[in-house]
Amino acid sequence: MSTATRSLPRTVGAHAILLTYTAIALFPVILVIMNSFKSRAGIFGAPLTPPTPKTFDLIGYTTVIGQGDFIHYFQNSLVVTVASLFFVLLFGAMAAFALSEYRFRGNSLMGLYLALGIMIPIRLGTVAILQLMVASGLVNTLTALILVYTAQGLPLAVFILSEFMKQVSDDLKNAGRIDGLSEYTIFFRLVLPLVRPSMATVAVFTMIPIWNDLWFPLILAPSEETKTVTLGAQLFLGQFVTNWNAILAALSLAIMPVLILYVIFSRQLIRGITSGAVK
Amino acid sequence: MAAETRPKRPTRWHIGVFLAPALLVYTAIMILPLAGTLQLSLFRNIEQHQIFVGLENFRTLFGDPNWSVGFWNALRNNTWFFIIHMLVQNPIGVMLAALLSSPRLRFAAFYRTAIFVPTILSFVIVGFAWKLILSPLWGVAPHMMDLVGLKSLFTPWLGKEQYALTALSLISVWQFVGIPMMLIYAALLSIPEEVIEAAECDGITGLSQFWKIKLPLILPSIGIISILTFVGNFNAFDLIYTAQGALAGPNYSTDILGTFLYRAFFGFQLQVGDPNMGAAIATMMFLIILGGVCVYLFLVQTRLRRYQF
Repeated sequence: MSTATRSLPRTVGAHAILLTYTAIALFPVILVIMNSFKSRAGIFGAPLTPPTPKTFDLIGYTTVIGQGDFIHYFQNSLVVTVASLFFVLLFGAMAAFALSEYRFRGNSLMGLYLALGIMIPIRLGTVAILQLMVASGLVNTLTALILVYTAQGLPLAVFILSEFMKQVSDDLKNAGRIDGLSEYTIFFRLVLPLVRPSMATVAVFTMIPIWNDLWFPLILAPSEETKTVTLGAQLFLGQFVTNWNAILAALSLAIMPVLILYVIFSRQLIRGITSGAVK
Repeated sequence: MAAETRPKRPTRWHIGVFLAPALLVYTAIMILPLAGTLQLSLFRNIEQHQIFVGLENFRTLFGDPNWSVGFWNALRNNTWFFIIHMLVQNPIGVMLAALLSSPRLRFAAFYRTAIFVPTILSFVIVGFAWKLILSPLWGVAPHMMDLVGLKSLFTPWLGKEQYALTALSLISVWQFVGIPMMLIYAALLSIPEEVIEAAECDGITGLSQFWKIKLPLILPSIGIISILTFVGNFNAFDLIYTAQGALAGPNYSTDILGTFLYRAFFGFQLQVGDPNMGAAIATMMFLIILGGVCVYLFLVQTRLRRYQF
C-alpha cells in the first residue's frame, strides 16, 4: 500500500481509540476473574487491584465446587455441544455437497428452503417443539437439546459449506470418478479433507451459540440430571446472590473454558470470518 | 431427484442419501414446529380440547388490556432496544473496523481478538458480570466514576425504570460489537487495492477516503449487519432474563418480546401459562422478523447490489 495514508498523529489516534475500546471490552472480564481469587474483604475493599498475598483467597472456588454440581453440568454441556456439532458438520457437509456438486431438479429451491432457517430463528417454534418433545418423551433428555441444536445449526452450515465446496476442483473429483470411486468415497475421502478449514470455521460459529444457549435448556431440559453449564450457572447465581465470592468464582469458572478455547481457535475463527465465509 | 443432466445414470440415489439427514432433522425440528406454532395460535384450549377459534387469540392479544398493554410495552421496548443497537453498536463496529483495517497497523491481531472476547461469552456471564459492576453494593462503577469526577451522575441504572432498558441495551451492545466489527473488517479487506490506489492518486486520503470510497463499498455489509441485528434483537431473551428475571423489572420496563413470550407461554406468579397465547405472540414475532427480512431482501439488498464487485 502507499505511504500517503500513514501519518504519526493518525497512527497514535488509531491506537488510542483501539486501546480504549480494548480496555472497555476486557475490563469486566478481567475484573470478575481477578476478584474471584480474593477474600470478601478484598473484593469490597479494593475491587480494582489484583489479588495480593493478603487478599488472596480461594473460598469462592471451594464453595462453588462443593455446592453446585458443576462438573456434571459441564459434562452435559460438553455432550450436547460435541454431539450437535458432529451432526451439524456431518449432515451439513453432506447436504452442502449434494447442493453444490449435483445439478438436479429443485436444487436451488432446496437451497432456499434450507437457507430460510438462517433468518428465521428456531426459537419462534418453541411452543410446538416442546409439544413434540413431550409427545415423543424426550423432555429432560440431552437428546432433545441435541436435536434442536442440530436443526438450528444446519442452515448456516449448509450455506457456508456449499460456498466452499464449490471451490473444490472438479478435475480432482472427476479423476476420482474415472478411477472408479463411488460418490460417497469422493465425498468422504476427497472433498471433506479439502474443506476441513471451512469446517473448523463452521464448527466455531455453531459451537458458541449452543454452548451459551439458555432458552432451550430452560424449556426442554431443566431437570437436575440434564442441566447444562449455562443453565446451572444461571440458577446457581440466582441462589447465591449474597455470596459474592461464590458468584465471582462461578462466573470465572464459566468464562475460563470458553476463553481458553477462544484463544486457541481465535485465529481460525477470525480467518473464517475475514475470508468471506459470511458474505 | 430424477436425473436429467447426466443421462447415463437414471436415478442418482446418492443425492437423496446426502440430502436426507439434513432435510429430515431440519424439517422435523425446525420447519414443522414453526408451522405448528403458527397453527396453534389459531386454536384455543377449551375444556381440554383444542378448538379452532380463528383470529380470536390475536383479538385477545390486541384487544384485552391484560394482554395488549404488555404486548405494546414489549414491542416498544424492543424497538428501543433495536434503535440503540443501530445507533451505538453498528457505528462503533464500523469505526473499529475502519481503524483496524488501516494499513500496517501494529497489534491489529491483538485488538481484533480482544474486542471480540465479549461476543463469545454467554448472556449469563455478561448479564451477571455487569449486574455486579453496576451494583451500588460493590461500588465499582461509582468508584470509577469518582476517578473522573462524575460520581454525582451514578445511580443504580438497572434498578431505575427510566434507565434500565437503555443500560441493558448498552450492555448488549458491549457484548455484540465484535460482530459488526468483524464483518465490516472483512468487507474492508476485500476492497481491491486498485480502487484505493486510484483514490490516492486523486488525492483522496484519510477520512474523506473512508466516507467517499470505502463506505459506499461496504454498504452491502452494513445492510447485512442491520438485518442480523434486527433478527437478533427481536428474538432476544437471555440477557434480560439473566439480568432482570422473567418479570423484566423494574415494573416491566425492560420487557421485550422474548420475555413476554416466555411469560405467556410458561406463566408467572398467578397467571397460568397458555401455549396458545404463547403461539400467538410467537406468530407476531415471526411476522415482525419476516417483515424485516422482506424489507431487507426486496428494498435494501436490490438497491445495494449495484455496488458489489
